[in-house]
Amino acid sequence: MTFFPAVSSKLTMSSLNRKDLLDIESLSKEEILLICDTAKYFKDVFTRDIKSVPVLRGKTVCTLFYEPSTRTRLSFELAAKMLSANTINVPVDTSSVLKGESLIDTVHTLEAMKADYIVMRHAASLAPHFLSKNIKGSVINAGDGFHAHPTQALLDTYSILEKRGSLEGLHIGIIGDIKHSRVARCDVQAFTKLGAKVTLCGPSTLLPDEFRQYDADMTYNLDELLPELDVINMLRIQRERQKGSHFPSIREYHLLYALTEERFKKCKPDIIVMHPGPMNRGIELDDVVADSPNSIINEQVTNGVAVRMAIFYLLVGGASLSEEETEGN
Amino acid sequence: MAIVIKNGRVIDPASGTDDRIDIVINGDRITDIGRNLTPAAADTVIDAASCLVLPGLIDMHVHFREPGREDIETILGGSRVAAKSGFTSVVTMPNTQPVIDNKALVRFIIMEAEKGPINVFPAANITKGCKGEEITEIGELANGGAVAFTDDGRPVMSSIIMRRALEYSRMFDVPMLTHSEDELLADEGHMNEGLNSIRLGVKGIPNEAEEVMIARDILLARLTRGRMHVCHVSSAGSVELIKRGKNDGINVTCETAPHYFSLTDDAVEKFLSMAKMNPPLRTEKDRKGIIEGLRSGVIDVIATDHAPHALFEKMQEMEYAPFGIIGLETAVPLIITELVRNNNFTYMQAFEKLTCNPARILKLDRGALKVGGYADVTVINPDTKIIIDDSFFISRCKNTPFTGSELYGSVEHTICNGRQVYSRRQRLS
Repeated sequence: MTFFPAVSSKLTMSSLNRKDLLDIESLSKEEILLICDTAKYFKDVFTRDIKSVPVLRGKTVCTLFYEPSTRTRLSFELAAKMLSANTINVPVDTSSVLKGESLIDTVHTLEAMKADYIVMRHAASLAPHFLSKNIKGSVINAGDGFHAHPTQALLDTYSILEKRGSLEGLHIGIIGDIKHSRVARCDVQAFTKLGAKVTLCGPSTLLPDEFRQYDADMTYNLDELLPELDVINMLRIQRERQKGSHFPSIREYHLLYALTEERFKKCKPDIIVMHPGPMNRGIELDDVVADSPNSIINEQVTNGVAVRMAIFYLLVGGASLSEEETEGN
Repeated sequence: MAIVIKNGRVIDPASGTDDRIDIVINGDRITDIGRNLTPAAADTVIDAASCLVLPGLIDMHVHFREPGREDIETILGGSRVAAKSGFTSVVTMPNTQPVIDNKALVRFIIMEAEKGPINVFPAANITKGCKGEEITEIGELANGGAVAFTDDGRPVMSSIIMRRALEYSRMFDVPMLTHSEDELLADEGHMNEGLNSIRLGVKGIPNEAEEVMIARDILLARLTRGRMHVCHVSSAGSVELIKRGKNDGINVTCETAPHYFSLTDDAVEKFLSMAKMNPPLRTEKDRKGIIEGLRSGVIDVIATDHAPHALFEKMQEMEYAPFGIIGLETAVPLIITELVRNNNFTYMQAFEKLTCNPARILKLDRGALKVGGYADVTVINPDTKIIIDDSFFISRCKNTPFTGSELYGSVEHTICNGRQVYSRRQRLS
């Protein structure tokens, strides 16, 4: 299983020795590389014709999304199904949650139904941490408030590794609403742990000085930064931030921080363009850029499934994966 | 039949006494203080060797939740918790349901408190309905027994209403206890704004939300010559502002709570909603600033902001859980451990903040040990090691970040109005 020869030879572990996946902060560099290395294997599984392996046979994975999401929930569900798990989804908007059931009671109900993994997205930061302190099963954080979205950061890391083999020495820019972005928080930690130079860029109201605690540079000037970047990750801008006067108008935001066709011309020719989705075309990213060969936005989605398969597999204990055990051969 | 407290180290900040002397109590009064007093055969003798004998402690900031949320705490239940914690007098905050904005409700609290072991002094609202729009009948409320006025839990956002309250209350010489917070600047934050809030992705409340309002309130106190007391000071900058106000001769006093000199916002990640209160736990620089403010006397009072919440309310996503922690039972151990043991406060320095200082601000004839005075006495053994776990608490609600802490200082006896209302060895009600 050596798909990234540069990293695999250095790995000494074969599973994630932890109950939950809550954030990037608590992951070591080696754990991040292990997940990416394993994801490479699962990407091969999942992009062939017969896609399932029995890693999670008999296990139940429950997706519990307190915030709307399409790609992340589907990606987790698909990943679990391809590992032969039973998957159930709690439709929060039509379930007992609406009747005022607390989070902890909802999850105890799921545990009573023997759910082994709770994949949760929640608008409140630290909700998965609260859950993990109070339940026995595994909690996988699919995004909590502004805090963390570890599987997104891992799939972003994987996607760059796949293109460049290593993050060492790459200059990665993360552009936009840094303050309210769980993706930015996790990306900067994952990328810097793997040796990349990261620059955070956005308007001063959305780029608080406290981000200096991460090993990253900060700038308000996108035009100066652009020519230096090997990878650019454009964050989604939320229209409601305008109401909080974080910026005066979408128009001015676009003028200062959109990756327009004109700005794109100043980038290195082989720059990798990323976006965690869903995109606001014409706001943070012009069509021409989003659809250019430099854009790996759709590949990120494919890689997301592989990375989530790897995470399930490694949380289960990382049993050996020989070809005989896989169903399709 | 008298109570005689023998062999203790008597500390009375009001008179500066720190001496090994005995105290005799008859009825509800202290009748003798002196060396080697001999009890009569029928007297109750409390041997206070190795203990501190203090004036009954005063907590000028508690939430007993009655009327309205008797499922959480009641005036009687809260009074028992206070007695066990060494407090003989408390001031109840008026943010109940309904709020305390008329005389009937003030009388209700006083009547309920008569069933309990300690003195309960109600605070009433500054504004009708706690809405911040019109001032309450401060005169009648004060005559009815309200010792102070506050919209605690919420600031009086309107500067003109705050001005009028400070101006009008001067006639009655009652303090306005300010919950100094600019609500708009606090912007529905859940914890201190800083490195931790950014790292945890939790919306922060900057120190400035508190300091802007303290600055405003001090300036209004200067304008009106009203009496103002700042509740729950949490930041080093607030201490600086109040110091300046005092140096300028403005009539301002203030309090802090034990959690602000014991913890920082580092506790939030571990304790989540159990470390959520308003104002929030700040940084180490602020914690040190609070300790120095207490040492120098800029901070006059330690009050607990005892805020019980039901478990189901706290066992939620941190951002959805209500603000507040309980504080009565951990107050003495935190003061002994953090101020006396870790920061070399004298007992006098530490306990003036819970005795003569709040008594002075509230104009209570309490908080001192003197012949002829009310027999409110607290006996503390400062050397007892205690482990804070669920069994330590008698409070119905146990919402606290101090669970698991090892602290020093046990309340041995509490005597209120000459009655022994708590004894550690034989639990009294």
